[in-house]
Amino acid sequence: MKVLVPVKRVIDYNVKVRVRSDGTGVDLANVKMSMNPFDEIAVEEAIRLKEAGLASEVVAVSVGVRQAQETLRTALAMGADRAILVVASEDVHQDIEPLAVAKILAAIAKEEQPGLILCGKQAIDNDMNATGQMLAALLGWGQATFASEIKVEGETATVVREVDGGLQAVSVRLPAVITVDLRLNEPRYASLPNIMKAKKKPLEEKTPADYGVDVAPRLRVIETREPPSRKAGVIAKSVDELVDMLKGAGVV
Amino acid sequence: MAVLLIADVTNDGLGFDATAKAVTAARALGDVTVLVMGPRAAAEEAATIEGVAKVLLAEDAALGHRLAEPAADLVVALAPGFTHVVAPATADAKNILPRVAALLDVMVISDVTAIRDAETFERPIYAGNALQTVQSSDRIKVLTIRTAGFDAAPRGGSAPIEAAPGVSDPGLSQWVEDRVAKSGRPELTSARVVVSGGRGIGSKEGFQIVEKLADRLGAAVGASRAAVDAGYAPNDWQVGQTGKVVAPDLYVALGISGAIQHLAGMKDSKTIVAINKDPEAPIFQVADYGLVADLFEAVPALTEKL
Repeated sequence: MKVLVPVKRVIDYNVKVRVRSDGTGVDLANVKMSMNPFDEIAVEEAIRLKEAGLASEVVAVSVGVRQAQETLRTALAMGADRAILVVASEDVHQDIEPLAVAKILAAIAKEEQPGLILCGKQAIDNDMNATGQMLAALLGWGQATFASEIKVEGETATVVREVDGGLQAVSVRLPAVITVDLRLNEPRYASLPNIMKAKKKPLEEKTPADYGVDVAPRLRVIETREPPSRKAGVIAKSVDELVDMLKGAGVV
Repeated sequence: MAVLLIADVTNDGLGFDATAKAVTAARALGDVTVLVMGPRAAAEEAATIEGVAKVLLAEDAALGHRLAEPAADLVVALAPGFTHVVAPATADAKNILPRVAALLDVMVISDVTAIRDAETFERPIYAGNALQTVQSSDRIKVLTIRTAGFDAAPRGGSAPIEAAPGVSDPGLSQWVEDRVAKSGRPELTSARVVVSGGRGIGSKEGFQIVEKLADRLGAAVGASRAAVDAGYAPNDWQVGQTGKVVAPDLYVALGISGAIQHLAGMKDSKTIVAINKDPEAPIFQVADYGLVADLFEAVPALTEKL
């Protein structure tokens, strides 16, 4: 079984984002970018499936700017076998919407015929949490979202999902799309020799036109602004003073 | 304009709070028809929410566990009669609505915090560090509502209940079991007061001081990711970008440093109180009231004095 893993290049999760003062967006020039943390978990899971003899090949895919090559090389260094980059934008500030990404991924899935697609549950930049579900819909496949445990057995995968109020286990017929949550695994670091080897692994470059997909946005961004900031608070010197403050403010 | 609102249904029945808050948001867009995929009792309760024009009840066994595939098929079948398909941004809705949107060939707009007009919506991006206003050109707008930003519509309505069309289960996935964390405390996302613990709590046993203060305040208990990963607290207590988003009247953060990902889940709380032994902890930058102290002395003392 081939496993397809979509990965996204996003602002590093530790970076405090800066909103441009003219309201046109978030400043991404000269900012550290990394693989979306949820996608690292998806790559790790795919590699573990391969190590367990359940997957034959792991293909990493990214849709975005040409620099997403680095993100794919990271996936290759972790253990993916080959990569496909779909260059859909020249400008790092243009985020390709989940619907367009899902259409491109669906076209790739039709070519590659994977038995399983593992996605991160959401990208930490647009916080949409939609691409995996949209991809499953477009392919007419089953989906299991927010996975914290995946067991592949024959023609099905049993997935424990993180839902409101606890956990839910479902079984989904393969091929399927599974989106992964934080607690699924601890992604490995790529070793230096593996980073070197990754440079020789195949990375194929494509465009949305190759798949006949229009990436024009459906949502026009009118404005991006800073959230209202909170006014500075006060520090109490003791528990008694804190209690007095809270009672004085009427919050308890 | 007509809105189809997917009710939040849990194993216990209607998720009233989430549904009623979404009704408040949806009313601004037009007549609200609520779809209840669940038992009749949940539909009867949904019908009492003020502002609901009609309730559609789908009692099919195929929808029993709200699996995305049959649920999305039903919503897609109903969608052509509506300009908007809306749901509170729960785990269920996040599972189902993007699937609906793709089947309708429209974008989904996740976690809407404000509705400007019928096609213009505001939503947080980058873990709540930026607010984006987007205008949709799609013929049907599919959106999930971040309920923390809306007041719950009151009871007092009496909408008629009709049967929804039947669905056939595409058989792509099957429910196996639920592992529900039982709690006698208020539900985290709707609680007026939330007391959360972080890595500073140090152990599962240590979480008792968090729970005692929560019980003293009639609060729900939350946790940071660090506390959940360390096994101090169950995962459904997690507050943050990847957990739940809360906006209670009072949020008490105990032993939580205040990472960007945690702040994303609680920085819209009305009043934030932080107790941490590290005076440099970023949580103090958003806290209205802070105390630099050892938790194991300060929290029991605070619990006693309140």
